Amino acid sequence: MSGAEFLLWMRGPGISFAALFFIAGVVLRLIEILMLGRTKNLAELRGSGSTAGMRTIATRFLPADANTFRRSLPTIVLGYLFHIGLFVVIFLLTPHIKLFQSVFHIGWPGLPTPVVDFFTVVALVSMLGLLWRRVSNRLLRFLSTGEDYLSWAVTFMPLLTGYLSYHHLLLPYSWMLGIHILSVALLLVIFPFTKLMHSFTLFIARYYNGAIAGEKGVQQ
Amino acid sequence: MTQPSLEKGVNILREQIDGPVAAFFSSCVHCGMCAEACLFYTETGDPKYTPIHKLEPMRRLWEREFTFAGRIKKWLGLAPPISDEELEQWQPVVYDSCTLCGRCSMVCPVGNDITYMIRRMREGMAASGNAPQGLIGATTRAVKLGSPMGVKLATLEAQARHVKISTGLDVPFDEEGAEYMVVLSSMEVVNYPEYLEAITRIFHEAGKRWTISTEAFEATNSGIQIGVSDIAAELVGRIVAAAEKLQVKTVITPECGHAYTALRWEGPNLIGRPFLFKVRHILEVLDDLREQGLLQTSGMENDRITFHDPCQLVRRGGVVDPPRNLLNMVSNNFVEMEDHGTMNWCCGAGGGVSANEAADEIRLKAFKRKKAQLESLEVETLVTACANCRIQLEEGIEENEMEIPVVGITEMLAAHLVEHPSSDEGEQP
Repeated sequence: MSGAEFLLWMRGPGISFAALFFIAGVVLRLIEILMLGRTKNLAELRGSGSTAGMRTIATRFLPADANTFRRSLPTIVLGYLFHIGLFVVIFLLTPHIKLFQSVFHIGWPGLPTPVVDFFTVVALVSMLGLLWRRVSNRLLRFLSTGEDYLSWAVTFMPLLTGYLSYHHLLLPYSWMLGIHILSVALLLVIFPFTKLMHSFTLFIARYYNGAIAGEKGVQQ
Repeated sequence: MTQPSLEKGVNILREQIDGPVAAFFSSCVHCGMCAEACLFYTETGDPKYTPIHKLEPMRRLWEREFTFAGRIKKWLGLAPPISDEELEQWQPVVYDSCTLCGRCSMVCPVGNDITYMIRRMREGMAASGNAPQGLIGATTRAVKLGSPMGVKLATLEAQARHVKISTGLDVPFDEEGAEYMVVLSSMEVVNYPEYLEAITRIFHEAGKRWTISTEAFEATNSGIQIGVSDIAAELVGRIVAAAEKLQVKTVITPECGHAYTALRWEGPNLIGRPFLFKVRHILEVLDDLREQGLLQTSGMENDRITFHDPCQLVRRGGVVDPPRNLLNMVSNNFVEMEDHGTMNWCCGAGGGVSANEAADEIRLKAFKRKKAQLESLEVETLVTACANCRIQLEEGIEENEMEIPVVGITEMLAAHLVEHPSSDEGEQP
């Protein structure tokens, strides 16, 4: 198989299959959660649960208070850098936007490629920092499972191979781009069955947390 | 309690898994931030006290039975079932080192309400026979004697006589149609009777009709702390029956954190219907009286004081402003701790920890957080609004050779109460 053939296959059936698997998996996981529901609260409520739930979805993007921020400083800073970098790379790189456009028929303006390149490096470096903390910090090492390292690896690979292919490093471009798409396919397939699901479920979790508190009049 | 067994425990734990629980477990990324919010972790540095880790058996059950991948793992024999040994091993982290304070639930970046899950996990622990002895004892006494400490009506009546002697006022029992029905914690009846005297004088001045039911005067609820909803419902049911029999408008829960949660928030859900009366914490009632001009005080405390927020009132109950409004009435030197209100640090003894002898050592270790908070403020008096917090604070202060008196907010207000002599009163001492 030549590099071009490999790339063609990955771009076609390879990524399509992975994307379908991803969508089916995510939908299944969301149904598993939402079907369980929550029983109606019979207590005399102080406030609207749904309003508070929606508010908590927004407020949890920021740390609860200054002391929480101080106590978990490296996790919070590296976490923000990684997530911002990842978001920029996925959604604001022009070739990615073109791909979304071809599938969903909606597009949006991208950032200049060198800017996205910078954010790729930010995401890669902060991910290395997060991994370093996971293995070196006593608390995080204790909490970490194989799934944490697997999730890290399948997220790191697309970033790394994307960076390498953009800079034409290590392998011929078509091979590296093919491998990049393969790594994305792997991420998509693994995604629904790991903690990566938090990208979707955190909205449900925050909503419930905020609603439970808001019904009691607890401000978050 | 019925005879516990592993099967029962697992069945009950399974019933506890609802949409929120599934969303929370699905979202955890093992970031460790909940540990930094938990005083049992911050004061020991031991990662086993990480809040989300306390739920590992429940998480495994959820994964095994409520997720597609988990069911495949189970089918392949890769997800072993929960064992009795596992639950037994988890007892110290689920009970001894969690006060259900809810601080972890405030900081989790993905929004997990971990405390909500620990409350539920305890249902499975208790049903499988893995609740601590101390809590089983307290719960048994609550069911059989009506009080977790074994306090009887006669003790309360004796306190009422003391109130009569020192104030000339009657503590009204079983008065139908009263506006308020007051429930008390055993701790108050035995250790802090000044509370009963304080509310007697305050309600008299406010001109409010109130009463105590001889059939249900205990406000606390061991069923919630141990995690047996049937018992919790039985204990709530006694108060509901008494309140509806006396046709009161409002039941007032005492200076106690979890009693408020038990009656105000869990109560109607436990008995499966809304109440026909309102439930208010004493601080909410006093704040209302203040607003209506029915609570008048004179004089100011000059001591530097601070307020310890009972977790179940603020973070789990939404009562944040009333104690501050009330303290500012009688103090001109009230200072806040660095973390206060909904982000306060627990005293270390809530959620059944104080009734559990196995937790004695870790409970006093956890107090070090409060100690650090107090020392940085250099206050002369510590005010709180929970008899259980108060006893822990007093013990911790004693143990650490500090010299800070702990006062209940209601009695502090009563000490400044403006009293008008009236013709129908007996002799005032």
